Amino acid sequence: MLLEVEDLHIAYGDIEAVSGVSFGLEQGELVSIIGANGAGKTSILNALMGVVGVKKGRIMFAGKEITRLPAFRRARSGMRIVPERARIFPRLTVHENLLVGAYGLRKKIDLDSRLKWLYGLFPILEKRLGQPASTMSGGEQQQLAIARALISSPGLLLVDEVSMGLMPKLVDGVFDLLYRLNREEGLTILLVEQNAVASLEISGRAYVLETGSLVHQGPADKLAQDPRIREVYLGH
Amino acid sequence: MSGYLITIATIIVINAIVVCGLNVIVGYAGQISLGHAAFFGIGAYSAALLATKAGLSFWAALPLVVTISSVVGLLLGLPSLRVKDDFLAITTIGINFIVEAVFLYIPFFGGALGIGGIPRICLFGLRLKGFSFFLLCLAFLVLVMTACWWFTRCWAGLACFALREDEEAAASVGISPVRFKLLAFVAGTAMAGLGGALYAHYMRFISASDFSFPVSITLLSMLVLGGMGKLWAPLLGAVILGALPEIFRPLVEYRILFYTAILLLMIRFQPSGLLGDESLARKVLAKVVPGGGR
Ligand SMILES: Nc1ncnc2c1ncn2[C@@H]1O[C@H](COP(=O)(O)OP(=O)(O)OP(=O)(O)O)[C@@H](O)[C@H]1O
Ligand SMILES: [Mg+2]
Repeated sequence: MLLEVEDLHIAYGDIEAVSGVSFGLEQGELVSIIGANGAGKTSILNALMGVVGVKKGRIMFAGKEITRLPAFRRARSGMRIVPERARIFPRLTVHENLLVGAYGLRKKIDLDSRLKWLYGLFPILEKRLGQPASTMSGGEQQQLAIARALISSPGLLLVDEVSMGLMPKLVDGVFDLLYRLNREEGLTILLVEQNAVASLEISGRAYVLETGSLVHQGPADKLAQDPRIREVYLGH
Repeated sequence: MSGYLITIATIIVINAIVVCGLNVIVGYAGQISLGHAAFFGIGAYSAALLATKAGLSFWAALPLVVTISSVVGLLLGLPSLRVKDDFLAITTIGINFIVEAVFLYIPFFGGALGIGGIPRICLFGLRLKGFSFFLLCLAFLVLVMTACWWFTRCWAGLACFALREDEEAAASVGISPVRFKLLAFVAGTAMAGLGGALYAHYMRFISASDFSFPVSITLLSMLVLGGMGKLWAPLLGAVILGALPEIFRPLVEYRILFYTAILLLMIRFQPSGLLGDESLARKVLAKVVPGGGR
Protein backbone atom coordinates (compact mmCIF):
# COMPACT_ATOMS: atom_id res chain seq x y z
CA MET A 1 0.00 0.00 0.00
CA LEU A 2 1.23 3.48 -0.81
CA LEU A 3 -0.74 5.07 1.98
CA GLU A 4 -2.11 3.32 5.01
CA VAL A 5 -4.04 5.02 7.79
CA GLU A 6 -4.83 3.16 10.99
CA ASP A 7 -7.22 4.27 13.70
CA LEU A 8 -6.66 7.96 13.06
CA HIS A 9 -7.93 10.37 15.72
CA ILE A 10 -7.75 14.14 15.30
CA ALA A 11 -8.85 16.61 17.94
CA TYR A 12 -8.93 20.39 18.28
CA GLY A 13 -8.76 20.95 22.00
CA ASP A 14 -11.59 18.94 23.46
CA ILE A 15 -13.46 18.57 20.19
CA GLU A 16 -12.72 15.32 18.45
CA ALA A 17 -13.13 15.94 14.73
CA VAL A 18 -12.01 12.53 13.50
CA SER A 19 -12.49 9.43 15.63
CA GLY A 20 -10.76 6.27 14.59
CA VAL A 21 -10.59 6.29 10.83
CA SER A 22 -8.74 3.55 8.92
CA PHE A 23 -8.26 3.39 5.17
CA GLY A 24 -5.62 2.97 2.51
CA LEU A 25 -4.60 3.65 -1.06
CA GLU A 26 -2.73 1.41 -3.45
CA GLN A 27 -0.24 2.90 -5.86
CA GLY A 28 -2.08 4.22 -8.91
CA GLU A 29 -5.54 4.43 -7.31
CA LEU A 30 -7.93 7.34 -7.38
CA VAL A 31 -9.96 7.26 -4.18
CA SER A 32 -12.40 9.80 -2.82
CA ILE A 33 -13.77 10.55 0.60
CA ILE A 34 -17.17 12.18 0.52
CA GLY A 35 -18.98 13.73 3.43
CA ALA A 36 -21.05 16.68 4.56
CA ASN A 37 -19.80 19.99 5.99
CA GLY A 38 -17.81 19.44 9.13
CA ALA A 39 -17.53 15.69 8.66
CA GLY A 40 -13.76 15.91 9.08
CA LYS A 41 -12.53 15.64 5.49
CA THR A 42 -10.15 18.57 5.61
CA SER A 43 -8.89 17.45 9.02
CA ILE A 44 -7.93 14.07 7.57
CA LEU A 45 -6.10 15.52 4.57
CA ASN A 46 -4.28 18.06 6.74
CA ALA A 47 -3.24 15.33 9.13
CA LEU A 48 -1.93 13.29 6.20
CA MET A 49 0.07 16.29 4.99
CA GLY A 50 1.28 16.96 8.52
CA VAL A 51 -0.08 20.45 9.06
CA VAL A 52 -2.53 19.21 11.69
CA GLY A 53 -1.44 17.02 14.59
CA VAL A 54 -2.62 13.47 15.14
CA LYS A 55 -4.02 12.58 18.54
CA LYS A 56 -3.86 8.86 18.08
CA GLY A 57 -3.27 6.41 15.26
CA ARG A 58 -0.71 5.67 12.60
CA ILE A 59 0.02 6.89 9.09
CA MET A 60 2.26 4.89 6.76
CA PHE A 61 3.47 6.33 3.45
CA ALA A 62 5.56 4.39 0.95
CA GLY A 63 6.46 1.80 3.54
CA LYS A 64 7.55 4.26 6.24
CA GLU A 65 5.74 5.53 9.27
CA ILE A 66 5.21 9.29 8.93
CA THR A 67 2.78 9.94 11.80
CA ARG A 68 5.12 12.39 13.55
CA LEU A 69 7.07 13.60 10.54
CA PRO A 70 6.93 17.38 9.90
CA ALA A 71 4.99 18.49 6.83
CA PHE A 72 8.02 19.60 4.83
CA ARG A 73 9.57 16.13 5.10
CA ARG A 74 6.37 14.52 3.85
CA ALA A 75 6.40 16.93 0.94
CA ARG A 76 10.01 16.00 0.24
CA SER A 77 9.04 12.35 0.06
CA GLY A 78 6.57 13.11 -2.71
CA MET A 79 3.30 14.03 -1.04
CA ARG A 80 1.52 17.16 -2.24
CA ILE A 81 -1.76 18.82 -1.33
CA VAL A 82 -4.14 21.10 -3.15
CA PRO A 83 -5.42 22.73 0.03
CA GLU A 84 -8.96 23.82 0.76
CA ARG A 85 -9.44 27.35 -0.65
CA ALA A 86 -6.20 27.04 -2.66
CA ARG A 87 -3.91 28.90 -0.23
CA ILE A 88 -1.66 30.25 -2.92
CA PHE A 89 1.09 32.64 -1.80
CA PRO A 90 -0.79 35.92 -2.31
CA ARG A 91 2.01 38.45 -2.77
CA LEU A 92 4.21 36.18 -4.85
CA THR A 93 3.70 36.22 -8.59
CA VAL A 94 2.06 33.34 -10.39
CA HIS A 95 5.47 32.31 -11.68
CA GLU A 96 7.01 32.42 -8.21
CA ASN A 97 4.14 30.34 -6.84
CA LEU A 98 4.91 27.69 -9.43
CA LEU A 99 8.63 27.82 -8.67
CA VAL A 100 8.01 27.42 -4.94
CA GLY A 101 6.07 24.29 -5.84
CA ALA A 102 9.24 22.90 -7.38
CA TYR A 103 11.32 23.85 -4.36
CA GLY A 104 13.91 21.40 -3.09
CA LEU A 105 13.16 18.52 -5.40
CA ARG A 106 15.69 15.73 -5.12
CA LYS A 107 14.96 14.26 -8.49
CA LYS A 108 15.97 16.53 -11.31
CA ILE A 109 12.99 17.72 -13.25
CA ASP A 110 13.15 19.69 -16.41
CA LEU A 111 11.50 22.81 -15.02
CA ASP A 112 10.89 24.37 -18.42
CA SER A 113 9.15 21.39 -19.93
CA ARG A 114 7.16 20.92 -16.74
CA LEU A 115 6.03 24.56 -16.86
CA LYS A 116 5.11 24.23 -20.52
CA TRP A 117 3.02 21.17 -19.74
CA LEU A 118 1.22 23.09 -16.96
CA TYR A 119 0.57 26.08 -19.24
CA GLY A 120 -1.02 23.62 -21.63
CA LEU A 121 -3.34 22.42 -18.87
CA PHE A 122 -4.06 25.89 -17.48
CA PRO A 123 -3.52 28.49 -20.22
CA ILE A 124 -4.58 31.32 -17.91
CA LEU A 125 -1.46 30.83 -15.79
CA GLU A 126 0.87 31.59 -18.64
CA LYS A 127 -0.98 34.82 -19.38
CA ARG A 128 -0.70 35.94 -15.74
CA LEU A 129 2.84 34.85 -14.92
CA GLY A 130 4.13 38.18 -13.63
CA GLN A 131 1.03 39.14 -11.70
CA PRO A 132 0.68 38.79 -7.91
CA ALA A 133 -1.28 35.63 -7.25
CA SER A 134 -3.72 37.51 -5.00
CA THR A 135 -5.04 39.35 -8.03
CA MET A 136 -6.22 36.10 -9.62
CA SER A 137 -9.88 35.17 -9.36
CA GLY A 138 -10.90 32.40 -6.96
CA GLY A 139 -11.17 29.86 -9.75
CA GLU A 140 -7.82 30.89 -11.19
CA GLN A 141 -6.24 30.53 -7.76
CA GLN A 142 -7.59 26.97 -7.60
CA GLN A 143 -5.92 26.23 -10.91
CA LEU A 144 -2.69 27.75 -9.64
CA ALA A 145 -2.86 25.60 -6.51
CA ILE A 146 -3.28 22.49 -8.64
CA ALA A 147 -0.39 23.50 -10.87
CA ARG A 148 1.79 24.29 -7.84
CA ALA A 149 1.20 20.76 -6.59
CA LEU A 150 1.63 19.08 -9.97
CA ILE A 151 4.88 20.80 -10.92
CA SER A 152 6.80 18.50 -8.58
CA SER A 153 5.28 15.37 -10.19
CA PRO A 154 4.15 14.08 -6.80
CA GLY A 155 3.86 10.45 -5.76
CA LEU A 156 0.60 11.09 -3.94
CA LEU A 157 -1.73 14.00 -4.57
CA LEU A 158 -4.20 15.05 -1.88
CA VAL A 159 -6.99 17.21 -3.24
CA ASP A 160 -9.30 19.13 -0.92
CA GLU A 161 -12.53 20.36 -2.48
CA VAL A 162 -11.20 21.62 -5.81
CA SER A 163 -14.66 22.11 -7.15
CA MET A 164 -15.33 24.89 -4.65
CA GLY A 165 -15.62 28.23 -6.42
CA LEU A 166 -15.14 26.84 -9.90
CA MET A 167 -17.75 27.30 -12.59
CA PRO A 168 -19.41 24.04 -13.70
CA LYS A 169 -17.48 23.88 -16.94
CA LEU A 170 -14.18 24.20 -15.05
CA VAL A 171 -15.27 21.65 -12.47
CA ASP A 172 -15.74 19.19 -15.31
CA GLY A 173 -12.37 20.21 -16.72
CA VAL A 174 -10.56 19.74 -13.42
CA PHE A 175 -12.18 16.40 -12.66
CA ASP A 176 -11.41 15.29 -16.17
CA LEU A 177 -7.80 16.35 -15.66
CA LEU A 178 -7.51 14.42 -12.38
CA TYR A 179 -9.01 11.40 -14.09
CA ARG A 180 -6.49 11.60 -16.94
CA LEU A 181 -3.54 12.16 -14.61
CA ASN A 182 -4.59 9.06 -12.75
CA ARG A 183 -5.28 6.81 -15.72
CA GLU A 184 -2.62 8.03 -18.11
CA GLU A 185 0.22 8.99 -15.81
CA GLY A 186 -0.54 6.63 -12.95
CA LEU A 187 -0.77 9.43 -10.39
CA THR A 188 -2.19 8.27 -7.07
CA ILE A 189 -4.89 10.69 -5.90
CA LEU A 190 -6.93 11.03 -2.73
CA LEU A 191 -9.85 13.30 -3.38
CA VAL A 192 -12.01 14.92 -0.75
CA GLU A 193 -15.28 16.37 -1.97
CA GLN A 194 -18.75 17.53 -1.20
CA ASN A 195 -19.53 17.25 -4.88
CA ALA A 196 -20.21 13.55 -4.57
CA VAL A 197 -21.61 13.07 -8.07
CA ALA A 198 -18.50 14.26 -9.85
CA SER A 199 -16.00 12.66 -7.50
CA LEU A 200 -17.68 9.25 -7.52
CA GLU A 201 -17.75 9.39 -11.29
CA ILE A 202 -13.96 9.50 -11.64
CA SER A 203 -12.95 7.47 -8.56
CA GLY A 204 -12.20 3.79 -8.40
CA ARG A 205 -13.12 3.43 -4.76
CA ALA A 206 -14.69 5.76 -2.24
CA TYR A 207 -15.33 6.21 1.45
CA VAL A 208 -18.20 8.01 3.10
CA LEU A 209 -17.31 10.05 6.18
CA GLU A 210 -19.94 11.05 8.73
CA THR A 211 -19.02 13.14 11.78
CA GLY A 212 -15.52 11.80 12.03
CA SER A 213 -16.14 8.14 11.18
CA LEU A 214 -16.11 6.20 7.94
CA VAL A 215 -19.57 4.70 7.56
CA HIS A 216 -19.47 3.22 4.05
CA GLN A 217 -16.81 2.14 1.66
CA GLY A 218 -16.56 0.32 -1.63
CA PRO A 219 -16.18 0.68 -5.38
CA ALA A 220 -17.29 4.14 -6.41
CA ASP A 221 -19.87 2.93 -8.93
CA LYS A 222 -21.46 0.66 -6.31
CA LEU A 223 -21.64 3.51 -3.80
CA ALA A 224 -23.15 5.76 -6.43
CA GLN A 225 -25.97 3.20 -6.80
CA ASP A 226 -26.51 2.73 -3.05
CA PRO A 227 -29.93 4.18 -2.17
CA ARG A 228 -28.79 5.37 1.29
CA ILE A 229 -25.94 7.34 -0.24
CA ARG A 230 -27.99 8.58 -3.15
CA GLU A 231 -30.50 10.00 -0.73
CA VAL A 232 -28.01 11.85 1.48
CA TYR A 233 -25.22 12.87 -0.88
CA LEU A 234 -26.58 12.75 -4.37
CA GLY A 235 -29.87 14.43 -3.60
CA HIS A 236 -32.17 11.79 -5.08
CA MET B 1 30.52 68.64 3.06
CA SER B 2 30.40 70.11 6.52
CA GLY B 3 31.16 67.96 9.55
CA TYR B 4 27.58 68.26 10.69
CA LEU B 5 26.17 66.91 7.44
CA ILE B 6 28.73 64.10 7.40
CA THR B 7 27.75 63.08 10.91
CA ILE B 8 24.08 62.87 9.97
CA ALA B 9 24.84 61.03 6.74
CA THR B 10 27.07 58.52 8.53
CA ILE B 11 24.44 57.72 11.13
CA ILE B 12 21.84 57.37 8.38
CA VAL B 13 24.00 54.88 6.49
CA ILE B 14 24.75 52.85 9.64
CA ASN B 15 21.03 52.78 10.44
CA ALA B 16 20.29 51.69 6.88
CA ILE B 17 22.68 48.73 7.28
CA VAL B 18 20.98 47.68 10.52
CA VAL B 19 17.51 48.12 9.00
CA CYS B 20 18.57 45.94 6.04
CA GLY B 21 19.07 43.18 8.61
CA LEU B 22 15.63 43.87 10.06
CA ASN B 23 14.21 43.73 6.55
CA VAL B 24 15.55 40.20 6.08
CA ILE B 25 13.86 39.04 9.28
CA VAL B 26 10.58 40.98 9.08
CA GLY B 27 10.23 41.87 5.42
CA TYR B 28 11.54 38.74 3.77
CA ALA B 29 10.79 35.98 6.28
CA GLY B 30 7.77 37.62 7.93
CA GLN B 31 8.99 37.16 11.51
CA ILE B 32 8.01 40.24 13.48
CA SER B 33 10.87 41.63 15.56
CA LEU B 34 10.54 44.47 18.03
CA GLY B 35 13.98 43.87 19.53
CA HIS B 36 16.37 44.44 16.67
CA ALA B 37 18.36 47.03 18.62
CA ALA B 38 19.54 44.18 20.86
CA PHE B 39 21.52 42.71 17.99
CA PHE B 40 22.74 46.14 16.92
CA GLY B 41 24.00 46.42 20.52
CA ILE B 42 25.55 42.97 20.59
CA GLY B 43 27.56 43.89 17.50
CA ALA B 44 28.60 47.23 18.98
CA TYR B 45 29.58 45.77 22.35
CA SER B 46 31.51 42.86 20.81
CA ALA B 47 33.42 45.27 18.58
CA ALA B 48 34.07 47.64 21.49
CA LEU B 49 35.29 44.89 23.81
CA LEU B 50 37.42 43.20 21.18
CA ALA B 51 39.04 46.55 20.39
CA THR B 52 39.54 47.87 23.93
CA LYS B 53 40.13 44.67 25.93
CA ALA B 54 41.60 42.29 23.35
CA GLY B 55 43.34 44.98 21.36
CA LEU B 56 42.12 43.63 18.04
CA SER B 57 41.83 45.93 15.04
CA PHE B 58 38.39 46.54 13.57
CA TRP B 59 39.26 44.32 10.61
CA ALA B 60 40.57 41.44 12.73
CA ALA B 61 37.55 41.69 15.01
CA LEU B 62 34.92 42.06 12.27
CA PRO B 63 34.53 38.34 11.43
CA LEU B 64 34.25 37.61 15.14
CA VAL B 65 31.74 40.40 15.69
CA VAL B 66 29.54 39.20 12.86
CA THR B 67 29.81 35.60 14.08
CA ILE B 68 28.98 36.52 17.68
CA SER B 69 25.98 38.58 16.58
CA SER B 70 24.61 35.87 14.35
CA VAL B 71 25.21 33.06 16.85
CA VAL B 72 23.41 35.04 19.55
CA GLY B 73 20.81 35.87 16.91
CA LEU B 74 20.42 32.16 16.22
CA LEU B 75 20.01 31.34 19.92
CA LEU B 76 17.59 34.18 20.56
CA GLY B 77 15.85 33.36 17.29
CA LEU B 78 14.92 29.94 18.62
CA PRO B 79 11.83 31.29 20.42
CA SER B 80 10.50 32.42 17.05
CA LEU B 81 10.17 28.76 16.15
CA ARG B 82 7.69 28.21 18.93
CA VAL B 83 5.72 31.44 19.01
CA LYS B 84 4.05 33.52 16.32
CA ASP B 85 2.65 36.97 15.70
CA ASP B 86 1.85 38.92 18.87
CA PHE B 87 3.66 36.43 21.09
CA LEU B 88 6.76 36.73 18.94
CA ALA B 89 6.49 40.52 19.12
CA ILE B 90 6.40 40.40 22.92
CA THR B 91 9.22 37.84 23.06
CA THR B 92 11.47 40.05 20.95
CA ILE B 93 10.68 43.06 23.15
CA GLY B 94 11.72 40.91 26.09
CA ILE B 95 14.97 40.00 24.37
CA ASN B 96 15.70 43.69 23.86
CA PHE B 97 15.16 44.49 27.57
CA ILE B 98 17.25 41.53 28.72
CA VAL B 99 20.17 42.39 26.46
CA GLU B 100 20.02 46.03 27.51
CA ALA B 101 19.97 44.99 31.18
CA VAL B 102 22.97 42.72 30.67
CA PHE B 103 24.95 45.63 29.20
CA LEU B 104 23.78 47.92 31.98
CA TYR B 105 24.24 45.75 35.06
CA ILE B 106 27.13 43.41 34.30
CA PRO B 107 30.44 45.15 35.06
CA PHE B 108 32.22 43.29 32.25
CA PHE B 109 30.17 45.35 29.81
CA GLY B 110 31.10 48.60 31.46
CA GLY B 111 27.88 48.97 33.45
CA ALA B 112 26.23 52.35 33.47
CA LEU B 113 29.42 54.00 32.26
CA GLY B 114 29.41 52.05 29.00
CA ILE B 115 32.60 51.51 27.05
CA GLY B 116 34.79 54.38 25.95
CA GLY B 117 38.14 54.79 24.26
CA ILE B 118 37.17 52.74 21.22
CA PRO B 119 39.84 53.39 18.60
CA ARG B 120 39.20 54.68 15.11
CA ILE B 121 39.25 52.28 12.20
CA CYS B 122 42.49 52.18 10.20
CA LEU B 123 42.59 51.33 6.53
CA PHE B 124 45.86 51.23 4.54
CA GLY B 125 47.54 53.07 7.40
CA LEU B 126 44.88 55.76 7.26
CA ARG B 127 42.82 56.59 10.35
CA LEU B 128 39.29 56.93 9.07
CA LYS B 129 37.23 59.85 10.28
CA GLY B 130 34.69 62.23 8.86
CA PHE B 131 34.19 61.77 5.17
CA SER B 132 36.49 58.76 4.78
CA PHE B 133 34.62 56.92 7.54
CA PHE B 134 31.36 57.81 5.81
CA LEU B 135 32.70 56.27 2.60
CA LEU B 136 33.61 53.09 4.47
CA CYS B 137 30.07 52.84 5.85
CA LEU B 138 28.67 53.47 2.40
CA ALA B 139 30.83 50.65 1.00
CA PHE B 140 29.45 48.30 3.66
CA LEU B 141 25.92 49.43 2.85
CA VAL B 142 26.49 48.60 -0.81
CA LEU B 143 27.80 45.19 0.25
CA VAL B 144 24.81 44.52 2.51
CA MET B 145 22.29 45.69 -0.08
CA THR B 146 23.95 43.53 -2.71
CA ALA B 147 23.65 40.57 -0.37
CA CYS B 148 19.96 41.39 0.16
CA TRP B 149 19.39 41.74 -3.57
CA TRP B 150 21.04 38.40 -4.20
CA PHE B 151 19.01 36.83 -1.39
CA THR B 152 15.72 37.92 -2.96
CA ARG B 153 16.75 36.23 -6.17
CA CYS B 154 17.91 32.86 -4.91
CA TRP B 155 15.94 29.79 -3.82
CA ALA B 156 16.47 30.52 -0.13
CA GLY B 157 14.92 33.96 -0.57
CA LEU B 158 11.94 32.53 -2.38
CA ALA B 159 11.54 29.97 0.39
CA CYS B 160 11.52 32.77 2.98
CA PHE B 161 8.91 34.73 1.01
CA ALA B 162 6.71 31.65 0.81
CA LEU B 163 7.10 31.17 4.54
CA ARG B 164 6.10 34.77 5.16
CA GLU B 165 3.00 34.39 2.99
CA ASP B 166 1.70 31.12 4.42
CA GLU B 167 3.77 28.93 6.69
CA GLU B 168 1.61 25.81 6.37
CA ALA B 169 1.37 26.04 2.61
CA ALA B 170 5.14 26.55 2.42
CA ALA B 171 5.79 23.51 4.60
CA SER B 172 3.43 21.54 2.36
CA VAL B 173 5.70 22.09 -0.63
CA GLY B 174 8.81 21.00 1.23
CA ILE B 175 10.10 24.21 2.81
CA SER B 176 11.41 23.71 6.34
CA PRO B 177 10.04 26.58 8.44
CA VAL B 178 12.71 26.05 11.11
CA ARG B 179 15.58 26.19 8.69
CA PHE B 180 14.53 29.34 6.88
CA LYS B 181 13.39 31.26 9.93
CA LEU B 182 16.77 30.61 11.51
CA LEU B 183 18.54 31.47 8.28
CA ALA B 184 16.73 34.81 8.20
CA PHE B 185 17.57 35.46 11.86
CA VAL B 186 21.24 34.64 11.32
CA ALA B 187 21.54 36.81 8.20
CA GLY B 188 19.53 39.66 9.72
CA THR B 189 21.41 39.73 13.01
CA ALA B 190 24.77 39.48 11.22
CA MET B 191 23.88 42.70 9.38
CA ALA B 192 22.81 44.31 12.66
CA GLY B 193 26.13 43.23 14.16
CA LEU B 194 28.07 44.81 11.31
CA GLY B 195 26.14 48.05 11.79
CA GLY B 196 26.87 47.86 15.51
CA ALA B 197 30.60 47.49 14.93
CA LEU B 198 30.62 50.54 12.66
CA TYR B 199 28.60 52.47 15.21
CA ALA B 200 30.98 51.62 18.07
CA HIS B 201 34.05 52.70 16.12
CA TYR B 202 32.30 55.84 14.96
CA MET B 203 30.94 57.03 18.31
CA ARG B 204 34.01 55.67 20.14
CA PHE B 205 31.87 55.59 23.25
CA ILE B 206 28.80 53.38 23.66
CA SER B 207 26.38 52.68 26.47
CA ALA B 208 23.38 50.44 27.02
CA SER B 209 20.80 53.12 26.27
CA ASP B 210 22.08 53.37 22.68
CA PHE B 211 20.42 49.99 22.11
CA SER B 212 17.25 50.29 24.12
CA PHE B 213 13.72 49.39 23.06
CA PRO B 214 12.92 52.84 21.58
CA VAL B 215 15.82 52.29 19.17
CA SER B 216 14.13 49.08 17.99
CA ILE B 217 10.95 51.07 17.40
CA THR B 218 12.94 53.63 15.43
CA LEU B 219 14.51 50.93 13.27
CA LEU B 220 11.12 49.31 12.65
CA SER B 221 9.58 52.69 11.80
CA MET B 222 12.25 53.22 9.17
CA LEU B 223 11.52 49.84 7.62
CA VAL B 224 7.75 50.23 7.69
CA LEU B 225 7.98 53.74 6.24
CA GLY B 226 10.16 52.55 3.37
CA GLY B 227 8.13 49.39 2.76
CA MET B 228 8.72 45.99 4.32
CA GLY B 229 10.38 43.51 2.02
CA LYS B 230 11.58 46.16 -0.46
CA LEU B 231 15.28 46.38 -1.26
CA TRP B 232 15.54 50.17 -1.04
CA ALA B 233 13.20 50.57 1.93
CA PRO B 234 15.90 50.54 4.65
CA LEU B 235 17.84 53.35 2.98
CA LEU B 236 14.76 55.42 2.17
CA GLY B 237 13.37 55.01 5.68
CA ALA B 238 16.70 55.79 7.32
CA VAL B 239 17.17 58.90 5.18
CA ILE B 240 13.70 60.29 5.84
CA LEU B 241 13.56 59.55 9.55
CA GLY B 242 17.18 60.54 10.01
CA ALA B 243 16.89 63.84 8.16
CA LEU B 244 13.46 65.09 9.29
CA PRO B 245 14.39 65.82 12.92
CA GLU B 246 17.43 67.74 11.65
CA ILE B 247 15.32 69.80 9.28
CA PHE B 248 12.57 70.44 11.82
CA ARG B 249 14.61 70.94 14.95
CA PRO B 250 11.64 70.92 17.37
CA LEU B 251 11.12 67.28 16.40
CA VAL B 252 14.36 66.28 18.12
CA GLU B 253 12.73 66.55 21.53
CA TYR B 254 9.84 64.38 20.46
CA ARG B 255 11.79 62.03 18.24
CA ILE B 256 10.40 58.77 19.63
CA LEU B 257 6.87 60.10 19.69
CA PHE B 258 7.29 61.13 16.06
CA TYR B 259 8.71 57.75 15.05
CA THR B 260 5.95 55.89 16.83
CA ALA B 261 3.33 58.09 15.19
CA ILE B 262 4.88 57.37 11.77
CA LEU B 263 4.85 53.65 12.53
CA LEU B 264 1.19 53.64 13.55
CA LEU B 265 0.07 55.89 10.71
CA MET B 266 1.89 53.82 8.12
CA ILE B 267 0.49 50.55 9.47
CA ARG B 268 -3.00 52.05 9.47
CA PHE B 269 -2.98 53.80 6.10
CA GLN B 270 -0.07 52.52 4.03
CA PRO B 271 0.91 49.13 5.37
CA SER B 272 3.02 48.33 2.33
CA GLY B 273 5.17 51.45 2.85
CA LEU B 274 6.31 54.19 0.48
CA LEU B 275 7.83 51.66 -1.90
CA GLY B 276 4.92 49.21 -1.60
CA ASP B 277 3.13 48.10 -4.75
CA GLU B 278 -0.12 49.81 -3.82
CA SER B 279 1.35 52.86 -2.14
CA LEU B 280 0.15 56.42 -2.56
CA ALA B 281 3.70 57.58 -3.25
CA ARG B 282 3.97 55.17 -6.14
CA LYS B 283 0.62 56.27 -7.59
CA VAL B 284 1.61 59.93 -7.36
CA LEU B 285 4.97 59.15 -8.92
CA ALA B 286 3.27 57.22 -11.70
CA LYS B 287 1.13 60.29 -12.51
CA VAL B 288 4.02 62.74 -12.46
CA VAL B 289 6.64 60.64 -14.24
CA PRO B 290 5.36 58.26 -16.89
CA GLY B 291 6.50 54.80 -15.84
CA GLY B 292 7.66 56.19 -12.50
CA GLY B 293 5.34 53.92 -10.60
CA ARG B 294 7.51 50.94 -11.31
N1 LIG C 1 -8.76 24.68 13.79
C1 LIG C 1 -9.90 24.15 14.31
N2 LIG C 1 -10.24 24.39 15.60
C2 LIG C 1 -11.35 23.88 16.12
N3 LIG C 1 -12.19 23.08 15.46
C3 LIG C 1 -11.92 22.79 14.19
C4 LIG C 1 -10.75 23.32 13.55
N4 LIG C 1 -10.72 22.86 12.28
C5 LIG C 1 -11.82 22.09 12.14
N5 LIG C 1 -12.54 22.05 13.28
C6 LIG C 1 -13.78 21.28 13.51
O1 LIG C 1 -13.56 19.95 13.13
C7 LIG C 1 -14.67 19.45 12.42
C8 LIG C 1 -14.23 18.92 11.08
O2 LIG C 1 -13.80 20.00 10.28
P1 LIG C 1 -13.23 19.79 8.81
O3 LIG C 1 -12.73 21.10 8.34
O4 LIG C 1 -12.28 18.67 8.82
O5 LIG C 1 -14.54 19.38 8.03
P2 LIG C 1 -14.78 19.18 6.47
O6 LIG C 1 -15.34 17.81 6.32
O7 LIG C 1 -13.57 19.49 5.70
O8 LIG C 1 -15.91 20.24 6.18
P3 LIG C 1 -16.20 21.12 4.86
O9 LIG C 1 -16.90 20.25 3.90
O10 LIG C 1 -17.09 22.21 5.33
O11 LIG C 1 -14.88 21.61 4.36
C9 LIG C 1 -15.68 20.58 12.35
O12 LIG C 1 -16.64 20.36 13.34
C10 LIG C 1 -14.88 21.81 12.63
O13 LIG C 1 -15.65 22.77 13.30
MG1 LIG D 1 -13.11 20.91 4.31
